[in-house]
Amino acid sequence: MATTYEKIATTTLGTAAADITFTSIPATYTDLRVVFVGTLVSNNYNLYWNLNGDTSSIYSRTNISGNGSAAASNRASNEAYWLNTSPGGISSTIPSMTTLDLFSYAGSTFKTGLIEFTADYNGSGVTARYVCLYRSTSAITSIKISSDVNLNTGTTATLYGILKA
Amino acid sequence: MATYTLISSNVLTTTTASVTFSSIPSTYTDLVVRYAARSSGGSQTDRLQLRINGLSTTIYSDTVLYANGGGGAILSTRGSNAAQLPAPRFGVNGNTTTSNTFSSGEIYIPSYTASQNKPVSAISFTEDVANGTEAYQSVGAGLIRETGAITSIGLTLLTGPDFVSGCSFYLYGISNA
Repeated sequence: MATTYEKIATTTLGTAAADITFTSIPATYTDLRVVFVGTLVSNNYNLYWNLNGDTSSIYSRTNISGNGSAAASNRASNEAYWLNTSPGGISSTIPSMTTLDLFSYAGSTFKTGLIEFTADYNGSGVTARYVCLYRSTSAITSIKISSDVNLNTGTTATLYGILKA
Repeated sequence: MATYTLISSNVLTTTTASVTFSSIPSTYTDLVVRYAARSSGGSQTDRLQLRINGLSTTIYSDTVLYANGGGGAILSTRGSNAAQLPAPRFGVNGNTTTSNTFSSGEIYIPSYTASQNKPVSAISFTEDVANGTEAYQSVGAGLIRETGAITSIGLTLLTGPDFVSGCSFYLYGISNA
């Protein structure tokens, strides 16, 4: 039986770095999942997701979030990335988790994704879900995770492939 | 090593006040608890409570987003410095809800052996809370301010006192090795 849920690659930063990028992603899976756990070198910055090194304005997202006192929903269109942590941000000391599920990534239709952001800081923080669209028909072969500041030492990202076959 | 592995399961055949997964090996990267649960009490809704390593100190907190499906507002709330992780809220059907209705949920704990505080992601679906008029869905961000590796996970109810027969709990390990 084929393995359904398989690690493709993992990176744990030994020193602070500008990004974690998974390249040469094989087209042999059905869906992709990224699990990102970590901190930034400075407080309250965003996390950016870029596919295939593409920074053209073909990314969009709609999110719902809760900050502990109120719920909110926002939308962003024609952006150069998928962004999470807005509202709020990633801490420099307390690890948070962000996952990206990227569906039918090797197909020839536009790509849809689901970002889940989990960041509680004991008295502040946010939980959020983003439905995302990338208006490209190309197969996804790379995923870049970056921020306005460096990703901190110890930050980990793992790319999994999910297979329906 | 398989990537997504069942570590342990517990399907209740009698009412039980607590479920504990103990002696969790450190050989995985992330942990996932999936459950279907119903309370012997709690009226409409009860709440699943989680503790790690038997710790009942005030190291748990959460931020939750939830809605009841009844056309009301989507809400967000927070708990800080708690003695257990109340994530996700509204996670368990109470004893006055429609018979044989169980809540479903997933609790995801990444990097559970890392020497850092532990983020927790949780989601729950509580159906038919008021006999056909309400259901709850919630997503939660949790934090456990404990740097030691997680070796046990204990689950209880806020009101309970018991999980009813038929509740099921599954602990999975995810490996990035």
